[in-house]
Amino acid sequence: MLQLDTVHTFETPEGVDLGLRVAGPVPRALAFVLDTLIRYTVLFVLSMILLPLAELGVGAFLIMLFLMEWFYPVLFEVTRGATPGKKAMGLIVVHDNGTPIGWPASLIRNLLRVIDFFPLFYGLGLLSMLINRQFKRLGDLAAGTLVVYAEEARRSAVVIEAEARALPVPLAVDEQRALLDFAERSSKLAPGRVEELAEIITEERGHAAVQTVLGYARWLGRGR
Amino acid sequence: MKQQQFIEQQQPLWDSFRQLADELDKPPRRRNRERLERLPELYRRLCADYALARQRHYSTGLVDELHDLVQRGHRLLYKRKSFWLWRMVAFLWSGFPNTLRRHSRAFWLATFLFYGPALAMGLACYFDPDFIYTILDPFEVASMEFMYDPANPLPGRSEDRASATDFGMFGYYIWNNIGIGFRTFASGMLAGVGTVLLLLFNGVVIGGVAGHLTQLGFSATFWTFVAGHSAFELTAICISGAAGLLLGKAILAPGRRSRGEALKRAALEAVSLVMGAALLLLGAAFIEAFWSSNGAVAPAVKYTVSGVMWAALILYLGLAGRGRDAA
Repeated sequence: MLQLDTVHTFETPEGVDLGLRVAGPVPRALAFVLDTLIRYTVLFVLSMILLPLAELGVGAFLIMLFLMEWFYPVLFEVTRGATPGKKAMGLIVVHDNGTPIGWPASLIRNLLRVIDFFPLFYGLGLLSMLINRQFKRLGDLAAGTLVVYAEEARRSAVVIEAEARALPVPLAVDEQRALLDFAERSSKLAPGRVEELAEIITEERGHAAVQTVLGYARWLGRGR
Repeated sequence: MKQQQFIEQQQPLWDSFRQLADELDKPPRRRNRERLERLPELYRRLCADYALARQRHYSTGLVDELHDLVQRGHRLLYKRKSFWLWRMVAFLWSGFPNTLRRHSRAFWLATFLFYGPALAMGLACYFDPDFIYTILDPFEVASMEFMYDPANPLPGRSEDRASATDFGMFGYYIWNNIGIGFRTFASGMLAGVGTVLLLLFNGVVIGGVAGHLTQLGFSATFWTFVAGHSAFELTAICISGAAGLLLGKAILAPGRRSRGEALKRAALEAVSLVMGAALLLLGAAFIEAFWSSNGAVAPAVKYTVSGVMWAALILYLGLAGRGRDAA
């Protein structure tokens, strides 16, 4: 099935389906810009400290340059799940099966970054992301990794403040679910919009309509 | 069962799972160990609840909440943890040489692609003093001749690096040489073409320079300088090349797997080779900076040490960890 959402679903060994929201090129590019800024700031500070220390400092600086160039993303991905730039954009890197990324995969995707960067500013990487349904750059393809949104754990605890009302007609499961979703989300929508939506399915108008529909939802959710 | 009843009945389970997950997010020392053992059981029950909530078409909010809890549990349960120091030792002792021997064909092909042009270009430059100009421009040739001129008090250092100390050069070799190793591997992603070109190119340049300097009679400085680190450095470049060729093969001839699957498997093997090669290059950088540049050591000693290193490396790559790893 072709869908608009960029949700990648996979089945866990326990037999349930989990979904991951795959991140597209724009947040990833922004994360890259942030990381580059961080890297260059650190390197700049290091150069101020190390380079005046004559040749010992130059050697140490070149080693740091090497580490920052190749291992900065690896270190953060393996220990924290994502580089600071990605964290700031709310992204993390995981294996295709949703498990946290380990050393081998992180090394692969970051060593292959040079090729994604080829020929100019992520040319091949972008091309690969655009023709791939999961926005994988070449490094992600070889490493079997995904860059996904690290969603804050959602909590649903919504108490429906309305008197339960029996449904006047039987509803299909999808329709029942729509009513429950309406009740859950009504506190986050503008009051006018809530009334407008409620009026679609009842004869009543305004606040009374909302109370009626919430009543149906309460009936569905917990019974009398 | 109505959604609300379900929530009321199962809420305690979800809460204890949440507490457990919070516990696991703490640093290991401050964890309560007894509670941790309940993780798999709680997680399985949570999965069942999530499946039920979906199957019974409970509200999106509830399903999402359970989804996120399951996801959290999935990440905690399937996190791979190990003693990295132990794995490092095991990798060096058997993992790396075993992986290399499993892919000996790729290694020999890379070796041929590197040494073949090196030998041809070396001979050409040895017999024709001007042939070097077909690959390098006059400035590069002059700089290289300066580096290995017997009159240069610091062999192997170009004019602008004459003041560099051994440690400074150590940093430079790490940054430059290991970077070359990594790039040689990564360009395998261009269907192997990048790796092949880099191997050929490096072979041509290194062979050409060696032939040209020998022809000039700079053997005493050049060969004594490169002898020390040659074993580690040249072999590591060939190994990085082999890793790149593995990627290329997976793309061009994936065999009985899909291209994506073949690529993932090849990359996992290749990355071991690259990391092994990087460690060899680190060793080479150390030798090159602190031993090769030492002009006070007699050439005979340098050649002997070089021979010992070649022998040790061949024995290590050929024999270490044999029979330890069938996988």
